[in-house]
Amino acid sequence: MQNSPYFLKPASVQSVMLRVLLALLPGIAAYVWFFGAAVLVQIALASVTALLAEAAMLKLREKPLMLYLGDGSALVTAWLIALTFPPIAPWWLTVVGVLAAIVVAKHLYGGLGQNPFNPAMVAFALMIVAYPSLMSQWPAVGFTDFAPQLNAIFGPRQLDAITMATPLDALRTALHTEDARATVAGVLGSSASFGNIGGKGWEWVAAGYFLGGLYLLQQRIITWHMPTAFLLTLLVISGAFAAFDPTRFAGPSFHLFTGGAMLGAFFIVTDPVSGCTTPRGKLIFAAGIALLTWIIRTFGAYPDGIAFAVLLMNIAAPLIDMNTQPPVFGHKDKRGSAK
Amino acid sequence: MSALRKLFRFHGGVKPDYHKDASTRQPIAIAPIPAELVIPLHQSIGGPPRPLVQAGERVLKGQRIGDADGNVSSAVHASTSGTVRAVEMRRMPHTSGLSALCVVIEPDGRDEWIARQPFDFRGASPTETRDYLRDAGVVGLGGAVFPSHLKLNAGKQGRLDTLVLNGAECEPFITCDDLLMRERGEAILKGAAIMREMLAAGRVLIGIEDNKPEAIAAMTEAARTAGDDAIQVVAVPTRYPAGGAKQLIRVLTGIEVPHGERSTDYGVQCFNVGTAYAIHEAITLGQPLISRIVTVAGNVGQARNYEVLFGTPMRDLTALCKPLPDSDRVIMGGPMMGFRMPGDEVPVVKATNCVLVGSGALFPPPPPEMSCIRCGECAKVCPSDLQPFEMYWFARARLFGKAQEYHLFDCIECGCCAYVCPSRIPLVDYYRFAKSEIWAREVEKEAADLARDRYEFRLLREEREKQEKAAKLAAKTAAGREKAAAALAEAEKPARTPEEEAKHALIAAALERAKAQKEQAQPENTSNLSPEQQAEIAAIEARRAEIREQAKPHLRADD
Repeated sequence: MQNSPYFLKPASVQSVMLRVLLALLPGIAAYVWFFGAAVLVQIALASVTALLAEAAMLKLREKPLMLYLGDGSALVTAWLIALTFPPIAPWWLTVVGVLAAIVVAKHLYGGLGQNPFNPAMVAFALMIVAYPSLMSQWPAVGFTDFAPQLNAIFGPRQLDAITMATPLDALRTALHTEDARATVAGVLGSSASFGNIGGKGWEWVAAGYFLGGLYLLQQRIITWHMPTAFLLTLLVISGAFAAFDPTRFAGPSFHLFTGGAMLGAFFIVTDPVSGCTTPRGKLIFAAGIALLTWIIRTFGAYPDGIAFAVLLMNIAAPLIDMNTQPPVFGHKDKRGSAK
Repeated sequence: MSALRKLFRFHGGVKPDYHKDASTRQPIAIAPIPAELVIPLHQSIGGPPRPLVQAGERVLKGQRIGDADGNVSSAVHASTSGTVRAVEMRRMPHTSGLSALCVVIEPDGRDEWIARQPFDFRGASPTETRDYLRDAGVVGLGGAVFPSHLKLNAGKQGRLDTLVLNGAECEPFITCDDLLMRERGEAILKGAAIMREMLAAGRVLIGIEDNKPEAIAAMTEAARTAGDDAIQVVAVPTRYPAGGAKQLIRVLTGIEVPHGERSTDYGVQCFNVGTAYAIHEAITLGQPLISRIVTVAGNVGQARNYEVLFGTPMRDLTALCKPLPDSDRVIMGGPMMGFRMPGDEVPVVKATNCVLVGSGALFPPPPPEMSCIRCGECAKVCPSDLQPFEMYWFARARLFGKAQEYHLFDCIECGCCAYVCPSRIPLVDYYRFAKSEIWAREVEKEAADLARDRYEFRLLREEREKQEKAAKLAAKTAAGREKAAAALAEAEKPARTPEEEAKHALIAAALERAKAQKEQAQPENTSNLSPEQQAEIAAIEARRAEIREQAKPHLRADD
């Protein structure tokens, strides 16, 4: 028998997830404009794979199929994978990544709400470790012809003409492997992949994600804590090091508008399931990701560090939550103890 | 006086649809006397009152029919004059459908009062006044039915800063306090004045949600007429659950009274406006609490507020409001915190602020429950600043200790978390479950502790008695021995007869045989064992010794 409360606010997981997808659209639009429609193919590929994998796992786990299939969470994971993988990655790279996310990272850990790790980031980390070169071939900016892109995805790969390294990768490679005289300014000025403030084209995609992020904030789907802590920490630390040695460390605008920073700040770091939930915990969690991201980007072997940073902080999330419980009503003077 | 004053915020809260218009269009009506009144004896927090009447007895309106059981209890009274038909078990207005002792009265229609005597509370000691209110059956009418006399105690300092009157009435559909304030503001303020004197309170703040402009105007006018500057009517923002006592105290004074502590220790006490009215009736008019205002709303053609005699069956009441044909349930209280009744024949009691008629269309069954995605919506709206999804997690995993660490018992079950949950998890049910499990375990543990104490006391007593007996016996045998020695000395000469000698020899031989047998038998049990068996026995002995060692400190502590 039903107990009180007898009426509920019309809210659903589905509505939350659909609004997250909606918020991704401006970024996707900019993506298509600068880098062609290949990303749409990847999104479709990832979505279909995710839904099929989700359905199969739900059936195996004897869960109500339509209830969970319709919640939209698999689609969000799929879209994030499609947006973080290279748009001209071979089709099976995306498919395997999505399967890893849905089957292993999500359902083997107990399905919706139970996964300790962000599924999309598990997919990214897995594939960049397994296929570093395929995960590093990105379309050159302005090269938006659909046919060669489609060929890259489904056909035999002839990539040289249309690919280049991402701006993060280009800068890292130049600073780490070329001669010691390479400077940030020199690299950024010389290469075609760098734009006004970040990666060429990518800065506009990032702006699109930022817009979508504002929509999520307005819809109260995410709180201000994580994006603010993430972006601010990235800004402060990159700013500090760039001020200390501008020839060797890229500045804040480059870090914030390149790679997955904006997508991460509003769509990945903010995953409620695998992240922190207390207000102070959210700040620590997001700041930790920003710090690790900057370290991995600057000193690590991989072009972008967000995936690894997120997974590392996912591990720490329960501990952070446990130690940042907000004081309850009437106990506000004894701060922050879950006792 | 209405005044602009600094208000405080409580965390969280929600804004559900209020549905208050339908029942505020008409003034309060008097519900007719039903054909039969079923008055439960236990209508308040505390001990169940003892029945004072028997079947066949004639009772008058206001006559005490149940006597408070100790101080933490409250009397009950006949709501009208008539004949007691039975004192028997009847179904209570409680979700469980449990029965409890009720006085069943057949009204005689004359509605004849007892002799009513105003109570001179200024001439009486505070204790006498409290006893009077206990015997007048005055309890909190906001829904918690806590005996009011227990709260009319100024606490350690002997005085309070603030008396809060709760007219917030934040639950959807319920308008009984609203109408009471609109129509009987003067009487409420008279009751408030009495309470203020008893509590030596510096000021009276009457908090009313700002979606009740008529009530605010009426109370402000009443306060102006009373001409008492210490009484202030304060409009508070409409946000459920602003009418929670702790939330209202917080909004009006900024003070947060922690769970399990008395608000008087913080200089505040809070009463429902209906309780103030009841105190006025009891003290000034000498009328015990026999009726209250009840909102009848929901799936009815004519929602309205009625003044209802306690014991009136709910179906008699709902029948006045033309329930719609698809009505299939009766809820006592509002949609956020109310309880579904086991049937519509259960009586209106002191806790009944609203009888909500429901249907599948008005309160559709909740959509299927999904997994928690830890979105944190519940934490955002929790007025007790809890982390509901964490408590849900622990309750679900039966980690009740952890649930308590996350302050399960600070939860006021307001339902905000379940109201906003996108996964439609009936969160409050999980908390109710966890609380009841913890209570059950505590009761069990108490019972076990008591049993153990009893057992150990018995052992102690037996040991003592044994010792006493042994001491007595020793004393007796000492005396006996002396006597025997004397007797022996006298009977030294006569020797044993031959028959006796033979008997003694036989006995001695038998004893000898038995001894030999025993010596033979004993080794047989412990020798001739395989090494495995011996090892097993050794292990068992070791375990026993270990257990004895472990038990030692407990035994000592219990001594």
